[in-house]
Amino acid sequence: MELLLDKGKCTGCGDCVDVCPFGAIVLKDKFPVVNEECRLCGLCVKACKEGAISLPEKIKKKPTIKAKDVWIYAETKDGELATVVYELMGKGRELADKLGEKLIAILIGDKISHLAQTLISYGADIVYVAEHPSLSIFNEKRYGTVLIEILKNHCPNIFLAGATSRGRSLIPQIAASLETGLTADCTDLDVDIKKRLLLQTRPAFGGNIMATIACPEHRPQMATVRPHILPRPKPISNHKGKIINFPINEEKIPDIPEIISFVKTEVKGPNLTEADIIIGVGRGIKGPENLKLIEELATLLNAQIGASRAVVDAGWLPPRCQIGQTGLIVSPKLYIACGISGAIQHLVGIQSAKTIIAINKDPEAPIFNIANYGIIGDLFEVIPALIKEIKKARGID
Amino acid sequence: MLYPLTEEQLMIKEVARRIAEEKIIPKRAELDEKEEFPWDILKEIARADLFGIFIPEEYGGLGFGSFENSLAVEQIAWGCAGVATAFAASGLGAYPILLFGNEEQKRTYLPPIAKGEKLAAFGLTEPNAGSDAGGIQTTAIKNGDYYIINGTKQWITNAGEAEIYVIIALTDKKKGPRGASAFILEKGDLGFSFGKKEKKMGIRASTTGDLIFEDCRIPKERLLGKEGMGFIIALKTLDYARPGVGALAVGLAQAALDEAVKFARQRKQFGQPIISFQAVGHMLAEMATQIEAARALTYTICKYIDTNPKDFTKYAAMAKLFASDVAMKVTTDAVQVLGGYGYMRDYPVEKMMRDAKILQIYEGTNQIQRNIIAQILNKEYGKQK
Amino acid sequence: MKYIVCIKQVPEIEGVKINPETGTLIREGVKSIINPYDLYALEAALQMKERYGGNIILLSMGPPQAEEALREAISYGADEAILLSDRAFAGADTLATSYTLAQAIKKIGHYDIIFCGKQAIDGDTAQVGPELAQRLNLPYVTYVRKIELKENSLIVERDLDDGYQIIQITLPALLTIVKEIGEPRVPSIRGKMRAKKLQIPIWTAKDIEAKEEKIGISGSPTRVLKIFSPPLRERKEIISGSLEEQVKTLWEKIDNILK
Repeated sequence: MELLLDKGKCTGCGDCVDVCPFGAIVLKDKFPVVNEECRLCGLCVKACKEGAISLPEKIKKKPTIKAKDVWIYAETKDGELATVVYELMGKGRELADKLGEKLIAILIGDKISHLAQTLISYGADIVYVAEHPSLSIFNEKRYGTVLIEILKNHCPNIFLAGATSRGRSLIPQIAASLETGLTADCTDLDVDIKKRLLLQTRPAFGGNIMATIACPEHRPQMATVRPHILPRPKPISNHKGKIINFPINEEKIPDIPEIISFVKTEVKGPNLTEADIIIGVGRGIKGPENLKLIEELATLLNAQIGASRAVVDAGWLPPRCQIGQTGLIVSPKLYIACGISGAIQHLVGIQSAKTIIAINKDPEAPIFNIANYGIIGDLFEVIPALIKEIKKARGID
Repeated sequence: MLYPLTEEQLMIKEVARRIAEEKIIPKRAELDEKEEFPWDILKEIARADLFGIFIPEEYGGLGFGSFENSLAVEQIAWGCAGVATAFAASGLGAYPILLFGNEEQKRTYLPPIAKGEKLAAFGLTEPNAGSDAGGIQTTAIKNGDYYIINGTKQWITNAGEAEIYVIIALTDKKKGPRGASAFILEKGDLGFSFGKKEKKMGIRASTTGDLIFEDCRIPKERLLGKEGMGFIIALKTLDYARPGVGALAVGLAQAALDEAVKFARQRKQFGQPIISFQAVGHMLAEMATQIEAARALTYTICKYIDTNPKDFTKYAAMAKLFASDVAMKVTTDAVQVLGGYGYMRDYPVEKMMRDAKILQIYEGTNQIQRNIIAQILNKEYGKQK
Repeated sequence: MKYIVCIKQVPEIEGVKINPETGTLIREGVKSIINPYDLYALEAALQMKERYGGNIILLSMGPPQAEEALREAISYGADEAILLSDRAFAGADTLATSYTLAQAIKKIGHYDIIFCGKQAIDGDTAQVGPELAQRLNLPYVTYVRKIELKENSLIVERDLDDGYQIIQITLPALLTIVKEIGEPRVPSIRGKMRAKKLQIPIWTAKDIEAKEEKIGISGSPTRVLKIFSPPLRERKEIISGSLEEQVKTLWEKIDNILK
């Protein structure tokens, strides 16, 4: 499927070349030539004053109108709703209201039915509860089968889930089964009410670029959202909703080829992806013996400690602390980078932090390009001074 | 690039370089500090097929020559001279078997060395026989189908880590050096044990220790070549190995220069980067020029060796002598350029200076190398009319 | 044992930026590399081959130059490679990509384990692995960091953000791999020599019997509406003054945020 170019109308002005975000059009002998990078986004169609470019017919199909309602996968962890679920409920309620549709949540697990009422109090009009001992431990195949069964007789307009490790592993299965579009890791969601289109915004190319994506013709429009990005709503007083128990047919539970022989969920330590305040430690700390300084600051600020890749590779902090492209993506309220130079791979991990403070003795360090506030100085001087200041301000010794 | 390389030579250089960058450099300070033998790194080197560069294909190697091998040694040394020594010393132990082994011996020992499954080592030096290698006292007395070996070898690289050893021992004390023979020993042979691991100034990732023979019994099939060929084998082996030391020295010196230039460009004093001061600039210029000279000499000699000349002893000695002296000077100057920082263990150059010293000492001290060259000059000119 | 490793050639992300004046992607001079996560997937397959024997086939969907990525991957120790390349595949989102890969894998026929990297650094979706498993009706485990073979099953350790699971999964199966599996090895000389000479077949849409409406843009439900530079952070203030003044100002700012 390709763009339709009308040679007769084309003046060779090159506006289409300039506007194309993907570099998919070049001018050859004053006529545009489209290459493989074209994604039929239509920006050139809009830009062409002569109307010489148009999208192929097939693309102009209208989306299905039978799809209805905003659905949320209510992930649970240790018998509680995952924090991202609350955030999704807030956004879900907002979207449902704008579209004049219902907000429906799905709970899957064992001994989780008590959470249905919580979901209702956060705005769910309907909660499906699929409860069974075989679902007590998270398993993609089992949970996926249940989700697909529930959705078989419904076609949601919108389906949202948290971009947690479980969510990101489970949800693509559903999208493939329903042959619909899924946008992962969104940092913002909005709705085009006229077109009833979910506008999904997410970073790409490591956060160098932001993209807004839609799923115009397929339903449900699916998206996963990172925890800690959307605001946490307040419960809606007196909100009423229906609870529907989804019976689990034991015979239909996949006889899985994968038997969970042993699940060991160790408490590995603080979860950086949910932390509000993080102190990031880089090479500038010079060695593990100096971490106590950072630990002292962390205790005072009630912060978690994260690390750049260099620190983890050197073995000074464990891999679960690594923040960055091949580590964790975090979204704290405050990120204090100590002795971190700011390599792009690290910055990928912290772009969602609301405020970034950097302390580094190199004035050229790239971290200063994205920090909201910076101090150019030796962290071995700045941090003790900061600790002293905090203690003074709080009246502690 | 100053030296055009074939595609395969480029591959060898690139693979060795990547190992240095990705696997060696991140670990070298720790290996030096802890005096730890770099098994993991050697495993990567083995996987990358580098142990077999100069071993013929029929014995599991890649069938290239001295030049290709030195390309690899140079890059590994650029990462860490200690790791490079462990690597090169295995080659040193393999050469006698390659050059003088019978078919059975070659088929038994070369393939595991080529694959890096087993390391090799070479044992000549003794407490009373260093430069005076002829003064060795270890004996190998024939007893039926066996030889019984008694004695000690001192300061052997890869002692205890290697599984295959080639040692030189006296089979006929009366004949002096002409009564020496070469033997293949295996770790685990009865009566063969190891002394303590030596604590060294540099190349601390490499293991150096004594080989101890107490009525060590080995089957007569372990004799390399014939009785009496011991020193011929030793000297020929050293001829092949010495340019490798040259390559090691070039790699080490290059690493030191790289650190020195990088530092001089960013260290500002008196308002300027110190590289702009002639005192520093001239030092770096000398260092760079000497390294190129050492490299040119080593490469040329390696390529000459690959033409299979009858005699290249003089040249092998030159490569080792010149490059090792350059490495010592360059690494010392690198510390000087980095000044106070150069002296601190947080920076890599002080290790490089400590590593360089041994290159002027092992595989024949540089004084012995000069002796060799002078003797050969005497002979050569004596032949001329 | 037959292993399939899916790899993707991606732009080196440092290089990719938006031209601030035109708002378009600047692609010139950006190097292409093997998606770093796919190197871990390949390392996992190489470890399995080392321990249990077998044969590794690489599979990649991309433009003709993706062949370089496949050759590079061969030099690490893979045995064969197949490039899926066709103009009709272009512009594919994860649904269309997983369909295309699935068709190719069906054509390959027999296999024991499919290895995928956790995600691609350009798209960052981490969706192709699970979607591919769904299409091939395979059991799958994501975020795998350790693998053991036990008769006709695998015992794998997989990471979740609050711990790890140990899962038994029968073959054939699909695994997505995380970096804890081990640092990728360096290519071998023999590998590089093989990579140079190896014939890499190119399969088109016709070769894999792909339905036109399921591949490329036609097969992609998601559409990019627009791209833009991320909003700049407000202020970039370097706090000046003496050390005491600096930390005092800094603490004020922090305290404000914490409230």
